[in-house]
Amino acid sequence: MRILPPVSIESRGFLPSRWDVLAALLVLSFLVLFANLSQLLVEPLTRLAAAPVSLDPSHLPEYAARTAVRMLIALGVSLLFTFTYATLAAKSERAGRLLIPLLDILQSVPILGFISVTVVFFLSLAPGRVLGAELAAIFAIFTSQAWNMAFSFYQSLRTVPVELTEAGKLFGLNAWARFWRIEVPFAMPSLIWNMMMSMSGGWFFVVASEAIGVGNTTVTLPGIGSYIAAAIAQSNLSAIYWAIGAMLIVILIYDQLLFRPLVAWADRFRFDEQQSEAPPRAWALTMLRRSRLVKAVSNPGSALMSWTFRLAPPRMPVRHLQSPVWQRTLTIGWNASIFALAAFAAWRIGTFIAAGISLAEALHCVGLGFITMLRVLVLIALASVIWTPIGIYVGLRPGLARVVQPIAQFLAAFPANLLFPVAVSLIVAFSLDPDIWLSPLMVLGTQWYILFNVIAGASTLPMELRDVGANLGVSGWLWWRKVALPGVFPFYLTGAITASGGSWNAAIVAEVATWGSHTLHAHGLGAYIAEATAAGDFRRIVLGIAVMSLLVTVVNRVLWRPLYSHAERRFRLA
Amino acid sequence: MEAADTLLDVRGVRRSFPKAGGGDLLVLDDVDLKLVDGEIVGLLGRSGSGKSTLLRIISGLSRPTSGSVTYLGRGVDGPAPGIAMVFQSFALFPWLTVLENVQLGLEALALPPKEIRARALAAIDLIGLDGYESAYPRELSGGMRQRVGFARALVVHPNILLMDEPFSALDVLTAENLRTDFLDLWQEGQLPIKGVILVTHNIEEAVLMCDRVLLFASNPGHIATEIKVDLPQPRHRQDPAFLAIVDRIYVEMTAHRAERAQRHERFPGTGIGTVLPRVSANLLSGLIETLAAVPYSGKADLPEVASKNQLEIDELFPAAETLQMLRLAELEGGDIKLTATGKRYAEADLNTRKEIFARALMSYVPLAARIRRVLDERVNHSAPKTRFLDELEDYMAPQAAEETLRTVVSWGRFGELFAYDDEHRLFSLENPA
Repeated sequence: MRILPPVSIESRGFLPSRWDVLAALLVLSFLVLFANLSQLLVEPLTRLAAAPVSLDPSHLPEYAARTAVRMLIALGVSLLFTFTYATLAAKSERAGRLLIPLLDILQSVPILGFISVTVVFFLSLAPGRVLGAELAAIFAIFTSQAWNMAFSFYQSLRTVPVELTEAGKLFGLNAWARFWRIEVPFAMPSLIWNMMMSMSGGWFFVVASEAIGVGNTTVTLPGIGSYIAAAIAQSNLSAIYWAIGAMLIVILIYDQLLFRPLVAWADRFRFDEQQSEAPPRAWALTMLRRSRLVKAVSNPGSALMSWTFRLAPPRMPVRHLQSPVWQRTLTIGWNASIFALAAFAAWRIGTFIAAGISLAEALHCVGLGFITMLRVLVLIALASVIWTPIGIYVGLRPGLARVVQPIAQFLAAFPANLLFPVAVSLIVAFSLDPDIWLSPLMVLGTQWYILFNVIAGASTLPMELRDVGANLGVSGWLWWRKVALPGVFPFYLTGAITASGGSWNAAIVAEVATWGSHTLHAHGLGAYIAEATAAGDFRRIVLGIAVMSLLVTVVNRVLWRPLYSHAERRFRLA
Repeated sequence: MEAADTLLDVRGVRRSFPKAGGGDLLVLDDVDLKLVDGEIVGLLGRSGSGKSTLLRIISGLSRPTSGSVTYLGRGVDGPAPGIAMVFQSFALFPWLTVLENVQLGLEALALPPKEIRARALAAIDLIGLDGYESAYPRELSGGMRQRVGFARALVVHPNILLMDEPFSALDVLTAENLRTDFLDLWQEGQLPIKGVILVTHNIEEAVLMCDRVLLFASNPGHIATEIKVDLPQPRHRQDPAFLAIVDRIYVEMTAHRAERAQRHERFPGTGIGTVLPRVSANLLSGLIETLAAVPYSGKADLPEVASKNQLEIDELFPAAETLQMLRLAELEGGDIKLTATGKRYAEADLNTRKEIFARALMSYVPLAARIRRVLDERVNHSAPKTRFLDELEDYMAPQAAEETLRTVVSWGRFGELFAYDDEHRLFSLENPA
């Protein structure tokens, strides 16, 4: 299975098309809309009355369970989104032209930004009750999970082998049946991989989204996240250790009960022709497969499903080509309405931000963005220098890789923000410069993507190529330069792109860190957004988000995308 | 006046695709075809001659631009029950077992589960897959996979079976085994089908299996000739009557190319728009050496060269025609004969060969000459690939233009006419030496 980076890499150009601009406008105006709403709603909603979070470890199982359920619900919503949005984008050329740039912009918006502007709205849906806060938290987790899943599904839909679709048509499967019997199975392995990645990202934000304050509105949902927030506020280090322990157990349970069975089950959907040497196994799946009860429940389910396959007429005449005139009218109409929408969006965004922010402030914000960008790039470079050689070393030794690979994946899933308090207490104790020493927190959780992608790349390096190297006596730096590094380069890039995206997101949490009465500030865009959120200043939140999305998109276009297409052409071992 | 036993009637079918720069590209022109009960009809031609396009139109997967396809008196406007297909790449669902793959078409017909199972097992039994019911496709060899493909098509009891080069992804012995089994079942009347259309580019396969062979020619694809094969089954490759028909097909296929080449020369200036086949300089050299050596000593029978060297017609014909285009050999009536230059090439050392090849390119391949001339004229002696690609796309489909350019790059490199840097997509005169 090919692992693709979670950004659109189909086109090679880095100049934005009009569709990119349009997508950016739409996303921003959506944020402005919510921010506007929030400004109106924020007053009547001061302080949600909720039970205070207890730091007694005996409450942790309940908190952990609540957090885990939130994750699961969000994952379900993300799947629903994936199946609809990506399908529409892949099936309708007209819709895809907008939906894919839109997805590209959406994934560049910092997830905590989504929380900042939407939390008040969700609270207003169920005033005075926890439900609204739950919705806000689930929405936040959804925004951290959905985009890369939708990308992966879209890519899969576009690469379903033509002859499979044709065989399906010839044997009378209608579009609905083809979707479930051909397209979804074909997409399954990479979708499940992306669900695992999403889950990793989700843990990071579930912790951040359970205890969030926007201005005077504070949301505290019972869960591991708010437990940690309380522990930080009270400088209770032992509570932090308890939380880390609970988190480890939850992640382990998720791995054993959900992902391992899913991976083992999805092995049959692999499209390559080889048999895998050691098919993945999971005790939970074996148990399910052997259980009569499960069969009794699932049989009527699958019968119902196959009944729906026959609902629509099984034969659909191949569509007649539409007349060119009608086609052109339709396209013009569609484009016109889209651009009217874009103009309106631009106007709304302009008036919203311009109303309270001076040009100098905007420039200052962009300047902070460059500081954060510098941090991200330097740290990714550092992480690359450290983890690439280690990944290659590990990947070339299958025995070692089998041990290290799951550990790296596990570390990527572990929410690194749990470790922030520990780091902050150290920085405070040694009175270090926060501008430098807070930075590593940004890659704490994301560096592992580089490691496990490089391991995966090195372990697929063909034996013959390594033998040739040995045979010709290529060793030392020459070996790294000509054999190992080019061999893993496409894999490394996928890891680095993912890590870079994650680090931008982490900046909002990492550039402002608190431990008891100590609050450390680093200069950067992340801190700007975090502070604006704490102050409930929606204009600055939107400005910060806009600048960050812009910078992320620019870095993707100018750096990652050209590198990726170069790597695909030069270094991909077919 | 429709004969009662006509299964399928294709009339005046044309198919064109819109070109990138406007206009239409005709890939199938005015095709008539009739399939009657009890008949196997072969569509024989090279890749690009439109035979697979025709098969897709017949199956209802794509529609003709004009013309009609009638199946049992009804127009085909989508996948029709009663027409099933066997694919070159098998097109099995890797996530379904053999049994599930075979059952798929029946499930779509909404039959009762009991009947589905019974019919699927019967088809599996018939096609020799007993014992493999619960295997997944990736556990099977190529031959076994294609048997699943056959079982899946036969289980829906189609009237017409379409076969799209069903044996070409298999090795020679496996293909022979599967062909023989299929013909035995067909002869014994055990198959629930009434007629077969077989797309192939293997001449012997067409003569072995078909009652009629329709020869396709390209640019645009059309049926050039029909050849009846009225030999009794089972047929034998060494049978003189069999060999005579194979020979006749070779003659027909070369004759049509020659005629077309002449037609091209009547329109001077269109030379640059000639689609160049993907033939490597190594294959050309190898073919020249083979022809120059004993037993041929400069002149050979094409079918013999093909079978002795295990060359498919998709390899042999393009190579032979390229030699003819470069005036290194002549094609006539199914024979190939080296020219004086060709003989000199065979005896020369590598550098002389490169010189001969370069001169032939400059004289007889207008595109190569054009590229060289443009590079000579420019001050920096370099030109981007798009410069020539755009020009080619005025004459041919984008994909064909890419292929043609790739071919001319590989020939130009061998003849050291020009260099090409794929990283920057740039033609130049410098070699890195």
